[in-house]
Amino acid sequence: MTESELNKQLYKKIYTIRMAEEKIREIYPLDVMKTPVHLSIGEESVIAGVCQALTQKDQVYGTYRSHALFIAKEGDMDAFFAELYGKHSGVAKGKAGSMHLSSPESGFMASSAVVASIIPVAVGAAFAVKYKREDCVVAVFFGDGATEEGVFWESLNVSCLKNLPILFVCEDNELAIHAHISDRQAYTIPEAVKPFGIHVYSDKTTDPSEIYTIAQKAVREIRKTGKPFFLHLKYHRYLEHVGINEDYCHGYRCKEDYTEWYGADPVKIQRDKLLAIGISEGEIRSVENAADRSIEESVQKAAEAPFSDTCELFEDIYA
Amino acid sequence: MITITYREAINQALVQEMERDPAVFVYGLDVADHKRIFGTTAGLVEKFGPGRCFITPLAEDCMTGFGLGAAINGLRPVHIHIRVDFMMLAMNQISNMLSSCRYMSGGKLKIPMVIRAIIGRGWGQACQHSKSMHSVFAHIPGVKVVLPTTPRDAKGLLVSAIRDNNPVIVLEHRWLYDISGEVPETDYTIPIGKADIVRKGKDITVIAVSWMNVEAVKAADILQQKQGIEVEIVDPRTICPLDEEAIISSVKKTGHCIIADYDWLFCGFSAEIAALVSEHCFQEIKSPVKRLGFAHTPCPTTRPLENKFYPNAVDIIRIIEDKLDLAPTDLSGEEFYSHENKFKGPF
Ligand SMILES: Cc1ncc(C[n+]2csc(CCOP(=O)(O)OP(=O)(O)O)c2C)c(N)n1
Ligand SMILES: [Mg+2]
Repeated sequence: MTESELNKQLYKKIYTIRMAEEKIREIYPLDVMKTPVHLSIGEESVIAGVCQALTQKDQVYGTYRSHALFIAKEGDMDAFFAELYGKHSGVAKGKAGSMHLSSPESGFMASSAVVASIIPVAVGAAFAVKYKREDCVVAVFFGDGATEEGVFWESLNVSCLKNLPILFVCEDNELAIHAHISDRQAYTIPEAVKPFGIHVYSDKTTDPSEIYTIAQKAVREIRKTGKPFFLHLKYHRYLEHVGINEDYCHGYRCKEDYTEWYGADPVKIQRDKLLAIGISEGEIRSVENAADRSIEESVQKAAEAPFSDTCELFEDIYA
Repeated sequence: MITITYREAINQALVQEMERDPAVFVYGLDVADHKRIFGTTAGLVEKFGPGRCFITPLAEDCMTGFGLGAAINGLRPVHIHIRVDFMMLAMNQISNMLSSCRYMSGGKLKIPMVIRAIIGRGWGQACQHSKSMHSVFAHIPGVKVVLPTTPRDAKGLLVSAIRDNNPVIVLEHRWLYDISGEVPETDYTIPIGKADIVRKGKDITVIAVSWMNVEAVKAADILQQKQGIEVEIVDPRTICPLDEEAIISSVKKTGHCIIADYDWLFCGFSAEIAALVSEHCFQEIKSPVKRLGFAHTPCPTTRPLENKFYPNAVDIIRIIEDKLDLAPTDLSGEEFYSHENKFKGPF
């Protein structure tokens, strides 16, 4: 892929994620999406950059904060919005809502809203990949808070012990709901992980193409060695933990942090990058317009779609 | 008597017990942030300092064992989970350690620990943020399980739980926080193991758990007005230990028993009550015991399915009509509870 094509693809992902989230913020007050939302605004580079380094066959696993992951792994946008609307055409017929999204067709296998509980599942997936000698890797996304759970360390141990093809992506926003990392952790994440013998790379860039390059190296390493790799990437959560609003007024963090991080906003960085490598304003606009249109159409369809019939409650429990 | 909300009742119980006994401390995720567990831990860190009210890492299993260790050393921990679903990570400590530690010491150790957890329906909370689990906890010998419904019971039972020398799990339905009701102004307790007759009646008994008391009262009001039926509602309040006598005598009196549980039915608390009634009221019972509770599925997100998942007042009315051979009650114009239309009391 040419550099300009790659950067355009990255921008498309990042812009779509941002605008989809902004669309949700716009619609949410109408109370037509009856599902708590943990928005990905601020986190786009990490997700888009890493997913850009994965192939369609590679699997990803996520958390309750997975709108970005769904979009970056190219899940179906109609089914995404329909799920938020709780409609039958949603990815899980309205059963999952925002907190338990997935898109197995596109490699986003599962997510969980119980912190860290998805991590061992991804380790098992990596085991299956190795067992079946498949040519793919597994990436699991989780927050800084998830590393406090015992199961995180158990998963790390198992994946290193068994040399499994898994990419751990720790998305460190220094917060678990409202609690700062310094009030929760006696360790620093990359340092604490290293003794397991895993490759670790830590960065605080919000530049999507830099993260892509980092992730690409990591994924290559995994493919080559068959061993796990740990990425520790920082970002700033622009909004409240759950919901559509800013919450700097509550005093547990300060607006100055936002101002600083917003200076390196993923969408702005990538847009400037496109201009810098000679892509015209018109061409960028057409990428943006296409994304806007696709979001608008998916929302329209979701709004008009029917709910599941109530007997649907009893379906999908056992195979 | 003063009128306060359920949220304030919990808060007052914590403040009062922390003032009374320096061994009491409160901890868990979110207990000291600006939201304060739906307001129930408000003011604690300011009043008692971070040594006695503190947040923890995300480490539910560890922090439960931590509480056990503190408790066998004479402290009185109150561990809080903002959803019972997160408490599932601590099932090892609860079922293997907390429940059995005294037994394994041959009665030498005491475990005065309280675990508070929030249960039940919110708004699109789905399968990992809305469980109840009281049947599972009550299945384990060595722990007590308490589900207060009114502000008076919430305060009185939490005080009893904190003063109890055994592990007590207190489960609070999140829709109850806004309910207001009268509580005594002076220090009081509600004994663990004593049911409350929420409403007296002669025609049929409804055993209701937690939020289902609100639904049952609504159903009873409607049936009283429109059908002249007197429903007796029994709130067990503590399901382990269980006030069997209160349940048995009510069912003997009315001859009909409905269990409105707030949990799955299969192998659950409702089955326990059905067995109890069958053992003790076989001569008096005039119709088979009927149970209602969660649909036997994980909880869905979308509203139409969520509505079908949870039991409500209309379900209770329909069952009573069926049992007592009543014509369908006209429910037009009745307002039922939903997230948007929460019951605010007084209860
Ligand atoms: C086991 C468990 N404990 C507590 C919670 C409540 N909770 C939801 S999100 C969250 C914070 C997690 O922080 P982090 O892993 O850093 O992810 P972030 O939200 O920052 O993306 C907590 C404590 C939960 N969902 N699961
Ligand atoms: Mg975090």
